[in-house]
This record gives sequence, structure tokens and C-alpha cells, in this order.
Amino acid sequence: MSDNRTGLQGPAPDERPHPDGRRNAQGIRIDPEAESEHEPRRTVFSAIVEDEPGVLSRVAGLAARRQFNIESLTVGPTTVEGHSRITMVVEEPEPGIDQIEKQLAKLKPVISVGELDDDAVRAELVLLKVRGEDPDKVHAITEMYDGRTLDAGPETITVQLSGDERKIDDAVDAFRRFGIIEIARTGQTALAHGSKKTVPGEEPGTSGEPTKPNTNTQ
Amino acid sequence: MSERTAATTDPDATDGADDSTETPTEITSGSTSVVRALENAGVETAFGVQGGAIMPIYDALYHSDIRHVTMAHEQGAAHAADAYGVVRGDPGVCLATSGPGATNLVTGIADANMDSDAVLALTGQVPSDMVGSDAFQETDTTGVTAPITKHNYFASSPDTVGDTVGEAFALAAEGRPGPTLVDLPKDVSLNETDREPGPAQAPETCRARTDPADSQVEAAARAIERAEKPLLLFGGGVVKADATEVARQFATEHRIPVVTTMPGIGAMPEDHELCLSWAGMHGTGYANMAITHTDCLIAVGTRFDDRLTGGIDTFAPEAEIVHIDIDPAEISKNVHADYPVVGDAGRAIERVDAELGESPDAREWVEQCLTWKEEYPMDYAAPDNEPLKPQFVVEALDEATPDETIVTSGVGQHQMWAAQYWTFTEPRRWVSSHGLGTMGYGLPAAIGARVAADDDETVVCVDGDASFLMTIQELSVAVRENLDITVAILNNEYIGMVRQWQDAFFEGRRMAAGYDWCPQFDKLAEAFGARGWTVDSYEEVPGAIEEALAYDGPSVIDFHVDPAENVYPMVSSGGANGKFALSEDQL
Repeated sequence: MSDNRTGLQGPAPDERPHPDGRRNAQGIRIDPEAESEHEPRRTVFSAIVEDEPGVLSRVAGLAARRQFNIESLTVGPTTVEGHSRITMVVEEPEPGIDQIEKQLAKLKPVISVGELDDDAVRAELVLLKVRGEDPDKVHAITEMYDGRTLDAGPETITVQLSGDERKIDDAVDAFRRFGIIEIARTGQTALAHGSKKTVPGEEPGTSGEPTKPNTNTQ
Repeated sequence: MSERTAATTDPDATDGADDSTETPTEITSGSTSVVRALENAGVETAFGVQGGAIMPIYDALYHSDIRHVTMAHEQGAAHAADAYGVVRGDPGVCLATSGPGATNLVTGIADANMDSDAVLALTGQVPSDMVGSDAFQETDTTGVTAPITKHNYFASSPDTVGDTVGEAFALAAEGRPGPTLVDLPKDVSLNETDREPGPAQAPETCRARTDPADSQVEAAARAIERAEKPLLLFGGGVVKADATEVARQFATEHRIPVVTTMPGIGAMPEDHELCLSWAGMHGTGYANMAITHTDCLIAVGTRFDDRLTGGIDTFAPEAEIVHIDIDPAEISKNVHADYPVVGDAGRAIERVDAELGESPDAREWVEQCLTWKEEYPMDYAAPDNEPLKPQFVVEALDEATPDETIVTSGVGQHQMWAAQYWTFTEPRRWVSSHGLGTMGYGLPAAIGARVAADDDETVVCVDGDASFLMTIQELSVAVRENLDITVAILNNEYIGMVRQWQDAFFEGRRMAAGYDWCPQFDKLAEAFGARGWTVDSYEEVPGAIEEALAYDGPSVIDFHVDPAENVYPMVSSGGANGKFALSEDQL
């Protein structure tokens, strides 16, 4: 069958015109304004979710399979029956942070999700078990960080501290001199500053009508 | 009607699928409630395989007018349901038992998830009080399928299971379509209830925004107005949103050239002057030239898959990107969208069209695109001293079949040749596995498409030797149901795309790529009860195609094609679309 079939024709790759433009790894066209790659940023998401079996595994699974870097994840009940609040601290470059919010919003049990502002009120709780050889000094440091002694014996002393991440980090450093045997940190939980709503879904005295803020954003 | 009526397993139903809601199932148990929910949702057909934990659901189907097509393997059931949904535009339904039944569905569910195809999977599960005990045929099905479904459900009560199934069905079709699954513990199915399921509604937390924001529409329109080299990119979302007519009108009214993605094939008639066919790794040279040089890419319903974009750094490097999509998470996921428009594809195009003051002045650009069409024509050499070329077979099949023929495929070289050399003019006619790249998709998909299609439509499966062998058992289903399907195997005795890559990138070490051990497919087809042909030369092609198409039942033509033939043009993985190679030495 040798008819007029010639095979693919046309200028070879290096004979074609090629534009000068480029995009960076985030798919943004490189221009002076957007030339730099984005640095990872640490931020806090708060989500109201339906309290159903497997919801935490869905959130954690989503983060794992899309390679989102989670620093901490906490979950607990809210004032609305059947709704829980998840607080998630992540560290990602900018487009990744946007993706986390949008992907979380797609999960069926997620009623609302939002990134908290910098002025959000944040706290975490830590339990520290240290050697009990110097109880007076341990007590003094505990007082200094507004902590409480939960358990004290001849061998070990266990204290509880709470506060923002920076304070906890400082306190942990301060306790190192006694020899920290075990540590348990809850990870951050947070609410928006003042009367600002953290995310919809838990209005005091209301049932919290489910809303999905993501659907009207880009 | 023969293949429809032959399918039903219910001896009392003689009129097939067309009267499915005439006698709704009486609700006495969880399983009858499930079947009633399917009937309420308008389900006419389900594909599946029996098994212990799903038996109560099948027992309820015994009394239903829903047609059940028993498949040979659960993977086939999932693919058939997927293709049925693609052709019909409604979610396809598949059933499997617990354990291996459910895990066999996984490939098909993952395939539907990657291609945003609406599928509802119902799986049996061990009784609730045995869950977690490693009982016989127990698998954590919701755990296994969570990453590959829009959402899945573990049914907890016979009173609510009908609502759950209705919700899962509606969710599969809501917004960006996708697969959902309901896992049905045997006690939930068996236990008594008389509760009527409520109307099928997608969950409130998953309702998609269909009408885009004014500000987004305005910004997109301004960008399009000032473009000098505008290019439309129609993805699978245009087809799924049934936006083809609106999209075509927008392109022709404003004289904007169109490229499609592979799932978007058929959104624009490929014989239309403005249509540059599909872009990407094995897309046409002219589509890839246009995407490389456009200054305004108007992308509709696409997720910018890497096989389309090539390297992100060189993708449409001069273009401002208008991205219309119903899923906000697709905006700026892979490629930054300068002008996002979140909404239904058809509605968004209508809104942008209404907002557009004047068409962009793109006469020179259109001329340029037409010049590229002439400069880089799709063609293959077919010298006398070389064996039958696969591309010729595709062209001959296209020639011999009606315009609106449905074409399914497996994955690999044959899939690319089918997509390159078949001229598609309508949506929902090209049914393939794009995102997941599932070899073996073609035959079960042809079964699903055949069941979905009208009797006067033609269904062809273009398959590869290795792909066909992966789900060949479904041929028994096509025979049992007397489904009029023509399977064209482009048999090059290789897992051909791998062989092509080994030659190009692994110095020709053809490890595990040879398939010269395949059975004689014509004889195998006859053994199944289908008709079979073997074709070795150009002269035999038209006759075999004519006979196979004329045969009212499943037919298989084993085309022995040139094992050395490669798929070109080709953009190397991660390379620039504009640097597509026309032959191996240009890679």
C-alpha cells in the first residue's frame, strides 16, 4: 500500500519559533513581580466538620496523599451537636496553602474551613515529665510559666503548661536542665481574635447552618 | 431490542429497561429500600457480580425492573458502569460483594475518579457486628476507596440506607462528577424496614456553584477582548456539562481556534476549520504549536494534566490564562489562572459571551493556526515493503462506520492512534481511560456503552493485544447478552508503548515488552461464541471490517499490524509542547 502517504512532515523542533516566556514551578508566568519562588509559610486552618466516623482519617488521608506538610492536628466537639472543630497547623509555600483550603472544603463532612489571620488567639497544652531530684527548682520554673504540677514523686515530676507555641517552646527549653523523660504536646488550637467569626458553623445560640465559603471564591 | 431484553435476569420482565419505574419495589428491608432508591433515582441498568455479602441486594433486584448485567469480573463492572455513564450522561451503577469483590472494583473506581466520571458503586460488607474481626471476605472498603471516591458511605441502618444510596447517587453527578460508594453490611440489607427513601439529593456541604461571580466574568471578558492570539481549550468538563453546543457557538461566533484535551474530544467537531484537534504528548503538531504561541488561553473544564501541559515551565508560556471550571480546587492547582471563573461550563461561557463587548481581533492568528495545520499534517508512511499500518486500520474503521459511532479503547499505542486518526464530530462518542491509563478498559467499556446506546448506534472497541488480554473474559458477557460490538485489535505483539519508550529511552532493551505469546484472538473469540477474523494485509481490511460490522453480535478482528510502528508526534515527558518530535531521532 504505497500511495501518497509520506509520514509526518514539517520543520524539526529546532527549526520552529519558540517563545521566550517561562513559568515557575507553580505555573505562574515569570515576570519581575512574581519572579521569586514562594517560601513555605506556617499557618492555621480551622474547620467545622460533621462529627461522623472516619472524618479525622479523611482529613489526615487527604493531607498525606497530597503531600501537605501538617505540623499538628487537633479535633474536639463544639457547641453545636454533631459538629466538631478541627484545627490544623501547616507549613507550605503559598499555592499549596490555597490548595489545602480548597481540597479540605471538597470533603463531604467539612461544613466550613478557613485560614486564620495572624492575630488569631492560639494555644496548646503540654505535659512534661522531668526527673524529680530537684523539686523546688522544678516548681519555680513551673510557676514562672504559669504551669501546674499534676503529679510529683521521688523519681519524677509531671507538670502541665499551656500557651502559645513560642511560650511552650521556651518552657520546654527551660525544663531541659532537669532532664525531660517524656513529653506530650497537643498541638495548637485557635480561634479568631475578638468578635470575628473563626469559620461559619458554630454561632452561639444557633444551630449553625452549614455553609461552604469556598464555593464563591476563586 | 434484542440485546436489551436478553439481559434481564428477571424472568417476569419482558420489556427491558424502558419501563423501569412502572412497578416500584415494595420496601420490606434495607436491601429493598436500596433498590427502591435506585429506582427513584431513575436507574435503569446496573453492572455487577454476585457474592455472599451482596446477595440480599441481588435478591431485591430479582423483583425490580432494573436491568442487571452480570459481568465476568468486578473490574469489568466498574468500567462498564463508567462507560455507560459517559455515554448516557447519568451516573452508572455497579455492584460487588465484600472483600475481593470490592477490591476488584478499585481499579475501575480509581479510573472514574481520575476522569471525573459519575459512578455509584454498591458493595456488600460483612455483618456490622463482625466488622473489624477479619471475618471471611472482609475488607475495609471505605478505607480502601476513600482516596479514589468523591465520598463513600458505610450504611448503618436499614431505615436510612435508602436515603444514603440516593444521596450517593446524587453526589456522583453533582458539580464535578465522580465516583461514590456505599458499603452495605449484610445485616443492614437484611433487616426489616418499611421506610420510603426520601428524594435523592447531594449533601448540602457539596453543592457546586454553577453561576460564576460577576467580577470573574467581567475580568475574563476584558482579557479575551484584548487578546491577539486567543485559543480555546475544551476539556472533558465541556462534555460532562453538556456545554458542547454553547462552547461551539462561542468559538465560531468569535472566530477563536479550538484545541481539546483527550477527554474533551468531540466537544468541537474535528473536521471543523477552527478545530485543531487535541494537544499534549501525542497531540497534533498544530494544536501544540497553537498552545505554545497563544497569548490568551481560555481553558474550560480541564485540570491541566501533565500529559497535556508537558513541562509547566514551557506550557503556554506567553498566555494569560482564563480558567473556567466548576471545581474551585482546580483553579491554579497545576497552572496559575490569571482569570479564574468558577461555575458550570455552559453557564460560564454564556455569561462571558454576554459580557464580551467585541470579538478579539484574531484574523492573523487564525490564519497562522490554519498554516500550522498545513505545515504539520497528521500522516503516516505506508511503504509496500512494510506490514499493515495500525493508523490505516483506524481510518478504515472510521470510514466504514456512521459519523456518530461510539469508540472505546484500552490504553497504549492503539489508543493514541485511535484518538489521532478517528475524526470525532460529537461528544460522548470517544470513551477511553485518560487519567488513570487503565489497560483493559476498552472491552468492558464497550459493553457499558453498548447497553447505554440506542440500538441503531454502532459501538467499536479499538484495543491493543496486551490491553485486550487484561479483560478478555468480558467477551463472554457480550456473547451472553448478544451485544453488537466490534472489537478491532491492533495487534503488534508488544505492549507497544513500553516497547516504543524502551527503544527511545532505554537503548532498545525490550524487557518484558514482547507479547508474541498471545493466543490466536480469532479462535479465542469463536471459543467464547463470538465471531473472529485475522487480518494480515491491506487487502483483507475492508472485507473483514464489513463482515464484522454486519454481524449482529460481538465480533473480534485481530489486525496483525506493523510491530515497529511508533506513535508520533511526541512531546517528551516534561518537555515543551512546541518541541514535539516527529520521529524518534528528534526526541
